[in-house]
Amino acid sequence: MNKPPDMTQLSLYAKREPVFNRRIDGKFRRIKWAIMALCLAVYWVTPWLRWDRGPYAPTQAVLIDLAHRRFYMFGIEIWPHEFYFVAGLLIMAGIGLFLVTSAVGRAWCGYACPQTVWTDLFQHVDRLIDGDRNARMRLYKAPWGPAKIARRLVKWAIYLAISLATGGAWIYYFADAPTLWTEFWSGTADPVAYATVATLTATTFVLGGFMREQVCIYMCPWPRIQTAMTDEKSLTVTYKDFRGEPRASLKKSQKAPDVFGDCIDCNQCVAVCPTGIDIRQGPQVGCITCALCIDACDRVMHDIGRPRGLIDYATLDDAEREKAGQPPTRHLKLIWRPRTLAYLAVWAGIGLALLFALGTRVHTGLTVAKDRNPPYILLSDGSVRGAYTLRLRNMEGRPRRMEIAIVGLPGAVMWTDDSARADAARTLTRTIPADATLPLRVYVVAPPTTAAQDFTFRVTAEGEARETALSEVTFDTPQEANP
Amino acid sequence: MAEHHPKGRLDEATNTETVGHEWDGIEELNTPLPRWWLWTFYACIVFALGYSVVYPAWPMLSSATQGTLGWTSRGELDKDMKAAAATRAKTVAALADMRIEELPKHPELMRAAVAGGAAAFRINCVQCHGAGAAGSKGFPNLNDDDWLWGGDLKTIETTLLHGIRQPGDDATRMSIMPNFGSDGLLTAAQIDAVAGHVLSLSGKARGNAEGAKLFADNCAVCHGPAGKGSRQFGAPNLTDAIWLDGGTKDDVVAQIGKPHMGVMPAWTGRLDPVTIKMLAAYVHSLGGGEQTPAPEPEAAATP
Ligand code: SF4
Ligand code: SF4
Repeated sequence: MNKPPDMTQLSLYAKREPVFNRRIDGKFRRIKWAIMALCLAVYWVTPWLRWDRGPYAPTQAVLIDLAHRRFYMFGIEIWPHEFYFVAGLLIMAGIGLFLVTSAVGRAWCGYACPQTVWTDLFQHVDRLIDGDRNARMRLYKAPWGPAKIARRLVKWAIYLAISLATGGAWIYYFADAPTLWTEFWSGTADPVAYATVATLTATTFVLGGFMREQVCIYMCPWPRIQTAMTDEKSLTVTYKDFRGEPRASLKKSQKAPDVFGDCIDCNQCVAVCPTGIDIRQGPQVGCITCALCIDACDRVMHDIGRPRGLIDYATLDDAEREKAGQPPTRHLKLIWRPRTLAYLAVWAGIGLALLFALGTRVHTGLTVAKDRNPPYILLSDGSVRGAYTLRLRNMEGRPRRMEIAIVGLPGAVMWTDDSARADAARTLTRTIPADATLPLRVYVVAPPTTAAQDFTFRVTAEGEARETALSEVTFDTPQEANP
Repeated sequence: MAEHHPKGRLDEATNTETVGHEWDGIEELNTPLPRWWLWTFYACIVFALGYSVVYPAWPMLSSATQGTLGWTSRGELDKDMKAAAATRAKTVAALADMRIEELPKHPELMRAAVAGGAAAFRINCVQCHGAGAAGSKGFPNLNDDDWLWGGDLKTIETTLLHGIRQPGDDATRMSIMPNFGSDGLLTAAQIDAVAGHVLSLSGKARGNAEGAKLFADNCAVCHGPAGKGSRQFGAPNLTDAIWLDGGTKDDVVAQIGKPHMGVMPAWTGRLDPVTIKMLAAYVHSLGGGEQTPAPEPEAAATP
């Protein structure tokens, strides 16, 4: 076990222990490569995909258009008042994390988290420039000289280039990517673009290049939430101490195979760990379950002719079962447990609700604000007028004619601030430009004896029966004040 | 700093010292903070110190330190206001050059004028006309379709420029209704009769012959023989449903006996011409605005 710390040396602040993780190949390492490639590819390619929305809308498949307050995602266009779709997606992402954690533990941390992906990437750069673990340790201890400085500068330059290429690519989600690309490199892009790129490049450079596991252990809130979420039924990377202990060197354990366990204390699991921890001390917040130690130990076990899985994905419960001599539970069975199913149900429920809302939404919208001050106007002929501000939304990429009608309120007619009172009628039509909102101030005038009541504004896109939006509002009258 | 806590002991699982307290069997580990955290903390202190040097910060006896950048929130506001004025400059210039009758031909300018007018209204006009411009007894409702002096853009602008019954402004709206009661022009009984006739004009009371006669003799000059009022004198239409000073018999009697006559400031000189144009556009937009009548050549010929 660990040496007890020297109490006289114990400081309130600890220096970061650099991590020199060794190169390793194996099943999980290859999965990590694949996921990294996939994540980066999706991230880089997405803004460059085109999607034809006709002449009135941008052709970028995925676009967060902050200036016009639109969010485009392939065939879906989200308006600000439909932000619940985005909120719903965020909630799904949150519950999705719970779901994944419940089913397969910290898989997000180990494979898909951007911090993990970037750390992994930068550690490969370390290996490329400075060599593998031992060479890097040597270089770390070596005094500063021209050779070391040169290596560091080259390495940091590569860090910076990667940071620019990855962190900086984020801006292409917020504007037409090809245009922004040209503008960016010709120096004519908006200062906000440069500021964003500078900030994201700097944070990627610092967090991925230097902070690394410190982010996971000290800065990220997620591990803390996860420690509360994981239990003995959660899948984690587990060192099977009943099988490994007591550990001894290969030589010693070969001499007395009955006394010693399978672990030959070769430290390979520690050497490959990207966060520099020793999994043999049990589950800990520093373990992101990247499974590289499984790859390392499996290789050792193969070499010394032992069965693999001394370190393996297992729940603590299952490790206990195995210790008691029972066969391990199949992973699928570990995954399907009530908690996971409950998360899945909630997650899928929200997803289906969003899909339903998406399928049934109309591309015609109406919101009505009634003038409250004054609530009504008495006109010289004794009739009563109410004023309303209508906002007609045409959420399609072409101009559409829409009919606005008063439903209810017998005898009432309306006119607008862009028409004459003489033209007042029960219905009127307006053409709403493509993908736009038309504000319309509407005056509704009702005969003298009308009582206060509710009525409805109805907006129907011409020739499209399904495209109707309704809004019920109040009509106030003087009679209401003294009934 | 690195004092060994007397009660601190090593936690078995982690080999870390405990802080020496125990809560329900739970002990806190004395895990050291990462050093970069400390440096971040120092950096924040340095930043804060620098910040308090370049920006106003330290309280002194009568004010605070000025900061080397010379920044003030007032200056910031000033800059914002100037920037806002600069963005409005084109609109303001266009409005200044334009006769108000032309405004409806320029929907963009009209919208800007209405928005600017709404803001100016909230500062200058709500005191009398109310936040929604609905007025109150004695203060005209600007939303309705009843206008004492006329409700087209040009007329509203004139009213704004010169006010109502403003001494010292030659072009002000001036009309006077005699104090029929307090000056002894009519007896109380006669006033009562006239009031009855006036209310009968809009069907609010039964008419009477004496009242009709008295009306014809005393009131028709301004209000017209049928009581339809006259915009030339700002005389209210007595046949409609809108009563500026109240529509009950008592109200009408009081108004004949000792009339209340409202005043409105002449805004020339108090507000710039563009703001006045904007106010006119806003008031016109409230729902009762009238078309500007086409100029009549004959009317111009005969002064
Ligand atoms: S890699 Fe396996 S055998 Fe080697 S120290 Fe780690 S657990 Fe023991
Ligand atoms: S202990 Fe193993 S699984 Fe955990 S972070 Fe280190 S290498 Fe990855």
